[in-house]
Amino acid sequence: MRKYSVFAVAREAMRGHRGWEAQWTSPEPRKEYDVIIIGAGGHGLGTAYYLAKEHGITNIAVLEKGWLGGGNTGRNTTIIRSNYLYDESAGIYDHALKLWDGLSQDLNYNVMYSARGVMMLSHNVHDQQVFKRHIHANRLNGIDNEWLTPEQAQEFCPPLDISRTARYPINGAALQRRGGTARHDAVAWGYARAAADRGVHIIQNCEVTGIRRNPDGSVAGVDTNRGQINAKKVGVVAAGHTSVLMEMAGVRMPLVSYPLQALVSEPIKPIFPCVVMSNTVHAYISQSDKGELVIGAGTDQYSSYSQTGGLQIITHTLDAICELFPIFRRMKMMRSWGGIVDVTPDRSPILAKTPVSGLYVNCGWGTGGFKATPGSANVFAHTIANDAPHKINAPFTLERFRSGRLIDEAAAAAVAH
Amino acid sequence: MLLIYCPYCEEERSELEFRQAGDAHIARPTNMTEMTDEEFEAFFFLRDNVKGLTFERWRHLNGCGRFFNAARDTVSDKFLTTYKAGLPRPDLGTLRPATETTVETYEATESDAK
Repeated sequence: MRKYSVFAVAREAMRGHRGWEAQWTSPEPRKEYDVIIIGAGGHGLGTAYYLAKEHGITNIAVLEKGWLGGGNTGRNTTIIRSNYLYDESAGIYDHALKLWDGLSQDLNYNVMYSARGVMMLSHNVHDQQVFKRHIHANRLNGIDNEWLTPEQAQEFCPPLDISRTARYPINGAALQRRGGTARHDAVAWGYARAAADRGVHIIQNCEVTGIRRNPDGSVAGVDTNRGQINAKKVGVVAAGHTSVLMEMAGVRMPLVSYPLQALVSEPIKPIFPCVVMSNTVHAYISQSDKGELVIGAGTDQYSSYSQTGGLQIITHTLDAICELFPIFRRMKMMRSWGGIVDVTPDRSPILAKTPVSGLYVNCGWGTGGFKATPGSANVFAHTIANDAPHKINAPFTLERFRSGRLIDEAAAAAVAH
Repeated sequence: MLLIYCPYCEEERSELEFRQAGDAHIARPTNMTEMTDEEFEAFFFLRDNVKGLTFERWRHLNGCGRFFNAARDTVSDKFLTTYKAGLPRPDLGTLRPATETTVETYEATESDAK
């Protein structure tokens, strides 16, 4: 792999950009691999990368039904933060945040991580109490999170309407300065390039149709539309389709799949300096480096695998955005889309071994998986390599729904996230 | 926006009036205190999360308020039929082939409709 650098850009500029090589290859699948990862999104490609980099396992295939990064990795609003309430969540999300800082250098790929600050708006006394509780819990875990008055919030984000007559008046905000955004496609591409460089096979348009088992019940490999591929270990990293894949191995999951929608505006000059979220009115907004306002909604009302969602959900979100930021009222929206998110009962992910020996699952990220990409991939690779969880993901088991040791971020936030 | 037929009101109403209310045709446990943790988990937390044809309870929340059952395709979001609570699973063979080919995108659904 040729390293990307300012010298490479200069060299290619001199010779008409004819020397750039493909970022990853598309090899024919082998008969057998040590590890198969199902799903070439950020979490899956990252898992392959860390398996190769940190655990010396390079005989890996990442199988993808569609195209690389075309699922939720390419459909989210790219928000990164780690100010979760519980110790377990703080552990995994802050592990991810520490990896985001330095990921571009690690991958030699500009993932455009920008710690521009994530501000969560408080609209009522309940919000204020919940956010302050989060701030104190975060500080005890060494995670930055601070309380802002409405005036400080507007100073941090000038387009914000803090007038008392606003439809959704603001009585403060919680700010995580290390939070921000990254370029979602670049995360998938960067991990793919770095993994392929270490010998990982990335096989697109390869749909898994069955999970094969040995007579003793352990995993033997997978059936795909490109034939049977054997493997000692299989990791399922398939977001909204996890239930479908796990059913092939006879494992019923505590998951429900919902559409989650997002949309972008026409591109404009830089106007929006940070990320703003409002859980109460359910709107998320930031501005991409291309200039588009990136706006996210809450999940749809009913479960579905249609990557669309209902129009009333995004119009409701836009209503809220226009009330919070009257300056955007006359902007045109360019595109909207939906991704299928897998939601657990406690709104915390599952990164764990399964009842099937050699089968591992990384799922349940719900509406907030992008921010966790490097951390999730890193500890999931550890789990697969050692057949035992890393201490960071040890609490995120499948068995917690039997034992009752839930990590109840759903109750903590009173909102799907 | 979908129109959903309420079998009690006997008319099609906007989906905004309805709420999904879990799986249909489930025998709810009557001996909750005697269940093992495994049985409770299977009832309370685990879901089939079907991709394709599924039978669900729906509630006409902002209408008559009553629960009814629906057969829905979770890929196209198409309601195949709705029927009153307590009735057995309808024989969908008389309505259409049990599973239509799945469509992945809005565009595909649109061209299907045309």
